Amino acid sequence: MNGHHPDPSAADPILSVEGVGVSLSGRRILDDVRFRIMPGEFTGLIGSNGAGKTTLFRVILGLQAASAGRVLVGGRPLTRRNPIIGYVPQKVFFDPDMPLRARDVVALGLDGHRLGVPLGWGRRRQAVDRMLEAVDARHFADARVGNLSGGEQQRVLIAHALISRPRLLLLDEPLANLDIRAEGEVVALLARIAREERIAVFISAHDVNPLLPVMDRLVYVAAGRTASGTTEEVIRAEVLSALYGQHVDVLRVHGRILVVAGAEGPSGVTVEETDASAAAADAVGLR
Amino acid sequence: MSQVLRALFAPGFFASGPVRAALVVGAVVALVTGVVGVFTVIRGQAFAGHALGEVGSAGGSAAFLGGANPLWGYMGIAVVAAGLIELLGLHRPRARDVATGLVLGAGLGLAALFLYLDTTSSSTTGVSVTILFGSLFAVSQPMLPSIVALSAVALVVIASCYRMLLLSSLSPDLAAARGVPVRAVAIAYLVVMAVAVSLAAETIGTILATALLIGPPATALRLTKRPGGAMAVAGLVGVAAVWIGIVLAYDSFYWPPVDHGWPVSFFVVALVFAFYLAGGAVAALGRARRDRGRGAALRLETSTCADAHGQAA
Repeated sequence: MNGHHPDPSAADPILSVEGVGVSLSGRRILDDVRFRIMPGEFTGLIGSNGAGKTTLFRVILGLQAASAGRVLVGGRPLTRRNPIIGYVPQKVFFDPDMPLRARDVVALGLDGHRLGVPLGWGRRRQAVDRMLEAVDARHFADARVGNLSGGEQQRVLIAHALISRPRLLLLDEPLANLDIRAEGEVVALLARIAREERIAVFISAHDVNPLLPVMDRLVYVAAGRTASGTTEEVIRAEVLSALYGQHVDVLRVHGRILVVAGAEGPSGVTVEETDASAAAADAVGLR
Repeated sequence: MSQVLRALFAPGFFASGPVRAALVVGAVVALVTGVVGVFTVIRGQAFAGHALGEVGSAGGSAAFLGGANPLWGYMGIAVVAAGLIELLGLHRPRARDVATGLVLGAGLGLAALFLYLDTTSSSTTGVSVTILFGSLFAVSQPMLPSIVALSAVALVVIASCYRMLLLSSLSPDLAAARGVPVRAVAIAYLVVMAVAVSLAAETIGTILATALLIGPPATALRLTKRPGGAMAVAGLVGVAAVWIGIVLAYDSFYWPPVDHGWPVSFFVVALVFAFYLAGGAVAALGRARRDRGRGAALRLETSTCADAHGQAA
């Protein structure tokens, strides 16, 4: 979709993961993972708990070394601290005793890695206020962050990640532990950021459904392997069966998707052997 | 007026050299432990802080044997213990607790040995009490410049690492992703905590040192939601506890049993605890008032609605 973009630099992927493999203490966590994310694209990283989503994020962030393959961010190899990437980790626990207001957490996104005490109050405050505004967090800016609701805390963390003006935003299970309404609000907020700021959003989730309305592409992880493409390309029985190495059914109910594991394929053969699934696997880079 | 002053401050209070030294040292140490302790509390390292204070007993008693000021002993062994905890504890929080407990046990074993040697060599138990429970009036005045200098170093390190400490206390993952050297910051903090708790040990003893490290910051966290504010409040609460404790200890010379006086450390620790309870009460009052305000606003809104409905009807 970005192939026809007039600006040639914008046609370069902001993230390309090329054959990445990760082994941790002899166990293979990820195997030959490859996909690309274009600027401003909204990409889901879908997989169950323990599938390797967080490990993949840690590789992209430079916190975990890959045992095979390479990752290019903005066309360049990884560095330890990459200002192009903003990150919202999984399960940040805000203790109610923590003496931090929402605005303090956002400000730490600007300069939390710097030595010394913060100076330049006026400009810093303006930048923080603008960011809080952008995530609809102005009205609880001065509240203790530990007293906010899960959805409010998530918005504060998103503002924290965005204030340093990244071009790629990684979010690790930001919808976990949110109620349905907060979930919708966070997804809408992220979609708006991707569209208006042309920031690529890469978000992990165990359920694909909340992301369906806004997702451009997705990367599906199972058993350490991935398939990527549009929802239509990836979420198909043949592709997912090949990925899981066992037969799964994909059911569509009222625009929602259910992926159901079955013990055996209808004909009793493993689906990987069929031509249709091989072609489908080729199409999404699963080999 | 002068009668009130005389009732508060027993005769000779302001003229006494040891009292003046105690006031200065106590204030400096309370400020440093207050600032440093805020991070101890939010990082959940109260146990490590306590352990670093208590292992000081071994260093203090060894220093006494060698004829050095106990402060150098406290500090030396606390820094070594901090390094050991970091080395043995590695990354997992539970392994950390176990490592802390192991180092604490070993340190106290050494303390048992050295304190025994102290008492047999000088045939007095006074040294044990001084090391374990402190004696602010006995702080030697030539130590004053060293205490101030060490305090200044601790504060400078905290100020330099202020934002990195906040971010890595909030979430080590977040900090690491932003390029904060989380491990180095943690080690630097542990060493600063060792220095702060050793200073506290010099004033109120190795066993009670954590009271100053944890109490005023815990009080401050109940009262303020800003990190800088918490440090300021913690420092002030600590200074208040130490100064009022000194006054009461001086006055207690005239209390029963007459001519003995009660230990300063007792007053300081009791006041720290009292401030913590009072801080909780103040915070609860503030919450109740805010809730009442919100309730009133809500009632007003509903009554206006009811009026509107009444008119419509």
